[in-house]
Amino acid sequence: MINKVVKNAEEAIKDIHDGAVLLVGGFGLCGIPENLIAALVKKGVKNLTCISNNAGVDDFGLGLLLQTRQIKKMISSYVGENDEFERQMLSGELEVELIPQGTLATRCLMAGYGIPAFYTPAGFGTEVGEGKESRKFTFNGIEKDYLMEYAFESDFALVKAWKGDEAGNLIFRSTARNFNPLMAMAGKITIAEVEELVPAGTLHPDQIHTPGIYVHRIFQGEKYEKRIEQRTVRKRN
Amino acid sequence: MLDKNGIAKRIAREVKDGMYVNLGIGIPTLVANFIPEGINVVLQSENGILGMGPFPYEGEEDADLINAGKQTVTLLPGASIFDSAMSFGMIRAQKVDLTILGAMEVSENGDIANWKIPGKMVKGMGGAMDLVASAKNIIVAMQHVNKAGESKLLPACTLPLTGVRCVKKIVTELAVLDVLPEGGFRLMERAPGVSVEQIKNATKGKLIVEGIIPEMEI
Repeated sequence: MINKVVKNAEEAIKDIHDGAVLLVGGFGLCGIPENLIAALVKKGVKNLTCISNNAGVDDFGLGLLLQTRQIKKMISSYVGENDEFERQMLSGELEVELIPQGTLATRCLMAGYGIPAFYTPAGFGTEVGEGKESRKFTFNGIEKDYLMEYAFESDFALVKAWKGDEAGNLIFRSTARNFNPLMAMAGKITIAEVEELVPAGTLHPDQIHTPGIYVHRIFQGEKYEKRIEQRTVRKRN
Repeated sequence: MLDKNGIAKRIAREVKDGMYVNLGIGIPTLVANFIPEGINVVLQSENGILGMGPFPYEGEEDADLINAGKQTVTLLPGASIFDSAMSFGMIRAQKVDLTILGAMEVSENGDIANWKIPGKMVKGMGGAMDLVASAKNIIVAMQHVNKAGESKLLPACTLPLTGVRCVKKIVTELAVLDVLPEGGFRLMERAPGVSVEQIKNATKGKLIVEGIIPEMEI
């Protein structure tokens, strides 16, 4: 067993430098690495490029790093619900690249699988396809145009899991899984924060979502707020 | 003329037993409320759910369990959870039978625009570009005209596109229309109390009216 445990978020991010390219897990505020984001705010590293499906909300998630102007560029699929983001984008302070959600996910997956590029039909004929290499394929009996997209190259991946062990094996819970296992696979250095860190041998090998080989550092998060973005309920009859 | 629930109710009739269905945000979400008893469908949410259920009872919300609109939801028996790459994998591989989504504009050749208004609104495409590029069957739920009274069914879209030649059917407050492979909106049904003339006036793209157009049953 190779032990991947580090003391806390501060130690886990000690070598994240100005200008680093980060993959950040989560969908909306669900399954985001809360403790790692807080540590980045505290450390004050600047000019970050963040690849993340969303940009958080004004006062939580990646929104916190936007407030402190630590992000230079965002690569995301959907960035609504964040006024400060919109302001920085419209004023040109923040560089933004919007890409289809499935393309974003697959660019992570391919990085983790060691495949440099792939073809997808998403965005062909739209501004997403401008300047990209395209090719026709007949697949499942249908001829279609496909765009070539590249696997992500990044410096660090910051992910959040439900449980993890000393060997870096991860298990995610419910839809907090989302982009986390994909980004874990894609990172050159992957840092995982977990709600519960357990000794090696505790998690059943059949239940592991992300094998520890993809995880370089792991720690148990100090606390989890797990904020809900849209609380929707139904009445009991 | 139909209200939002009416549009959703009419679209629910297109949902057949045994389908896997992806519902977009807005009117499409309402479709789930009108799927008849005895029709078994599985709802896919592109953040990683098959078998999505209704909103949770108060006090039972789970921050880890949300839908693609970031709303708290529940899971039905037989549900499964997966990562975002697999989610779009099953969409691209056409395992999902039907996609229902909203639009700002649809053109007479089936192009759709629903993610950006230059200079005004840029929220992003989310999963919409992946869905429209791959889905077997796409139904658009939308208002026939925008707030300024201008037709949203056009000869060509004026807004940045989400996908090309992909929309098959449109349900609006006025009508049900099929988008023909050779181009044109073929009028299939009128909403209760709406005349063919009213639909003609609200459609800027090529409208094809053949024979007697029945009033919708909802």
